[in-house]
Amino acid sequence: MPRRIFDFLSSLKLTVTCLSLAIILVFVGTLAQVDSGIYEVQRRYFQSLVVWWPATPGAFSLPVFPGGHLLGAVLLLNLVAAHARRFRWTWKKFGIHLTHAGLIILLVGGLFTDLFSVESFLRLAPGETKNYSEDPRAVELAVIDGSDSGFDQVAAIPESRLRRGGTIGHGSLPFRIIVRRFYQNSRFQPIGEAARDAAPAATRGPGSQIAVFEVPRATAMNERDLQSAVIEIVPASDPRQSLGTWLVSGQLGAPQTVSCEGKTWRLAMRPARYYKPYSLTLRKFSHERYPGTEIPKNFASHAVLTDPEHQENRDVLISMNHPLRYRGDTYFQSGFEKGDTATILQVVYNPGFIAPYVACAVVGTGLLYQFALHFAGFLNRRKTTP
Amino acid sequence: MKRWPTWIALAVAALWVTSNSRMPKSAPGDRDLVAFGKIPVLADGRTKPLDTVARNALLVIHGRQTLRLDDTRTIGARRWLADVLFDAPLADKYPAFVIHNPDVLGLFGWEQDGRKYFSFAELVPFLEKIDMQGEQVERIEPSARTPFQVAIRNLRNSLALYQRLKNSLRPEVTGSFADEVATFEKAISPGLEAMREREKGGKFDKEKFDVFVALAARFQTMGEMACVFPVPPGPSGSGPRGEWISIGASLLQTISDGVVDPATKSWALVGDAYHGGDPELFNRHLPDLSGRMAESEPQATARAAYEFLFNQLEPFYQAMGLYVLAFLLVCFSWLGGSRSLGTAAFCVLLLALAAHTFGLGSRMYLQGRPPVTNLYSSAIFIGWATAVIGLVIERIFRDGVGSACAAVIGFTTLIIAHHLAGSGDTLEMLQAVLDTNIWLATHVVAITIGYSAMFLAGTLAAIYVVRGVFTTSLTKESAESLSRMTYGVICFATLFSFVGTVLGGIWADQSWGRFWGWDPKENGALLIVLWCAVTLHARWGGFLRQRGLAVMALFGNVITSFSWFGVNMLGVGLHSYGFMNKAVPWLAGFMVSQLVLMAFASLPPARWKSFQGTKTTS
Repeated sequence: MPRRIFDFLSSLKLTVTCLSLAIILVFVGTLAQVDSGIYEVQRRYFQSLVVWWPATPGAFSLPVFPGGHLLGAVLLLNLVAAHARRFRWTWKKFGIHLTHAGLIILLVGGLFTDLFSVESFLRLAPGETKNYSEDPRAVELAVIDGSDSGFDQVAAIPESRLRRGGTIGHGSLPFRIIVRRFYQNSRFQPIGEAARDAAPAATRGPGSQIAVFEVPRATAMNERDLQSAVIEIVPASDPRQSLGTWLVSGQLGAPQTVSCEGKTWRLAMRPARYYKPYSLTLRKFSHERYPGTEIPKNFASHAVLTDPEHQENRDVLISMNHPLRYRGDTYFQSGFEKGDTATILQVVYNPGFIAPYVACAVVGTGLLYQFALHFAGFLNRRKTTP
Repeated sequence: MKRWPTWIALAVAALWVTSNSRMPKSAPGDRDLVAFGKIPVLADGRTKPLDTVARNALLVIHGRQTLRLDDTRTIGARRWLADVLFDAPLADKYPAFVIHNPDVLGLFGWEQDGRKYFSFAELVPFLEKIDMQGEQVERIEPSARTPFQVAIRNLRNSLALYQRLKNSLRPEVTGSFADEVATFEKAISPGLEAMREREKGGKFDKEKFDVFVALAARFQTMGEMACVFPVPPGPSGSGPRGEWISIGASLLQTISDGVVDPATKSWALVGDAYHGGDPELFNRHLPDLSGRMAESEPQATARAAYEFLFNQLEPFYQAMGLYVLAFLLVCFSWLGGSRSLGTAAFCVLLLALAAHTFGLGSRMYLQGRPPVTNLYSSAIFIGWATAVIGLVIERIFRDGVGSACAAVIGFTTLIIAHHLAGSGDTLEMLQAVLDTNIWLATHVVAITIGYSAMFLAGTLAAIYVVRGVFTTSLTKESAESLSRMTYGVICFATLFSFVGTVLGGIWADQSWGRFWGWDPKENGALLIVLWCAVTLHARWGGFLRQRGLAVMALFGNVITSFSWFGVNMLGVGLHSYGFMNKAVPWLAGFMVSQLVLMAFASLPPARWKSFQGTKTTS
């Protein structure tokens, strides 16, 4: 039995089947982007074990197709098994071995990237300094204690925790937060303008004047979900006594406040932050166009990097195709705000970024070697047998 | 072996080339528009000869590079541009604006009477309407626009371009521009004096002040409207940071410089001479201007002269004719079985490739870039690469198959390129993210060679199927050699597609920070790689023989065309450098034709004419 499993795992039929399924998956996943948007498609088709089809939307889903991770894993297994079974060292097969070794590096590197890389954004106006980047999609609920004039003490609750709901407490806070409702994507309407039976979302703060509606997740490239939550705050000492409910959302401008035991905290739903041990200050953002046209020629951010730990304090230039790499993070010129008022840098932490470079070199060499070998052999045969 | 067919074929080819490469000459006593066409100016971000400006602008506005006037007279692009630049009231009456869409005509209350071309004068009453409607369209996603919206937006853009051209080199309405310039030059210092007095609140010369301010405002408007920048940086460094500037900007600069730039004066004289309808005067002032350009901008002048030559020779048009001739020769050689016709086809193909290479090389020289920078140039390059590989195959197998493929794909891709050129300058400037010669030279070239090889493999398979199913000419040997060619070319395609795709990933890692983002264009490239991998593994596993390989190679055509064009039609993704919807039916037609061929290929061997009566295992 193990023998048969091994035969199956190392068979060419499995290779061809998996590759064919991958073609279908990539094709369908490309077409699906028209309706679902690139991010949703990545999650559903490529970064999943199986593709689920919502048979009855919102309730019941069926697994209908192997997802990218599953196909990748099976192909990897197949590749390793086939080599374990058939590997024999000859110069004639050298190129084939090299090609497949490179593919292993590529697949493993791809998985590594999928699992561990973090993408975030850094928006800087001229003169502004930041030591954190922000998540493009996920939010966090920050509970800020600003009583010390020197620094803020922040307790941040990640979006995933808010979505799970229930009661959230933290040692530094004399109160607990109960998530009443979490909206993945939401729309607000002032109570006066909303339908007559619409109820205010909360009892305290601006939420008492606003009705909240759940809306479908954003799919277009330039749209984002607007997450909101309704939370209730209760003193830790007496959980039965409610301080009221609050509506928290990135759509509300200024932070709201909550007072408990004579102290005041600010509440803010904001993009999830990734703090760095160093900071960047934008000196200048330049946006060149070709003379007499609107075609962008170059975008560049002139910034200052300050790292007290490594005693770095220097000017850096981040422009199109010329990123800044520093302490594992890479900063790319990604965009700008209207009227060039601020630069937007994409920040990527990807511990596996080197894998494709190595893989490309290895596979390219392997394919070239094999092709040259075949071609030379073919020409020789033609010469000897006219 | 008889040699005369080769000589006849070459004679025909030579006749074709020479008849199409006559240099234009201005008639004696007429305005020298040839010399005019060679003058370099800056437009759309690069220096180019006025000839190119004329051709591109007329292509955008009129849809063709020559203009037929009502009374069966036809004028060339240079003449049209000269009239627009210097004699606007005349040009306003030319039926230059093309309107195909009936709803646009309906907007003006015009009945459809088969007319497609309208003059600016006819459109004047509707300018406001067109502007308003066109502006609304700008807010709609390109992929969601209706045919009417696309048409009205195009018309608005054409009108804007036309009006900007009219005010680029001299004000649309003026008697003598040179006089105006001279008046301005003299009015500057008294005008400034008056201005200072006025600011101080003292008495000032109102007349001098008014002359100066009115002219300055007039030139400012001109500078804002201009889309042709004809004043070179020059020794005095007219433009800021050594850039070319517009006539209007140059005149405004006079306020601080004190004297008018000599090039600007020269342009004013040339324009007045043209406007006055005096050929002799025009031809006398023109060398002055060209000489000045050659002196201050020798490189740009030389490049403009070269581009003028390139425009006249139309190497891609020449190559198209030669590809057709070569294909016919191959067909005759197959029908007649004559070796020498095959040799003739090969020679004509070499000539076609020479023209194609000249065109490709010229574009690279003019742009200072690797060969592929946009969809248009990808079509040119695919044809070129296929022709090269096809000719190599022909040298090895010598059975006409390589020549036939080279001719068919070379011709088809050039036709596709011709239809992609309608949006204006095909040597356009590159967006910031594309502004990197290393990646353009490696990733883009590798991917495009991969496309070429895929199309070549598909064409080989098509020949295999058509000959096998419909004729008895596919012998065992020829079937085997065709199949081997297909296999070899697919291996070649695998190499380039894979390397190209991974290099693309590395470029993305360099400029966007992620190696792979499942963007449609990336997925298209991945599909080709996966398809090659499936084909090769299935063949090694013995799941595919000759016919199976043909089916796979034909479907490779479908996948490659999807990857090349199809993904651009989805309207999503980061690689949106060329959205296009007009080609949808063509693409669909091509895909269906390949599926039909695949169906034929799947017929059992007994139904193949070539295999009837022979025992084949395939």
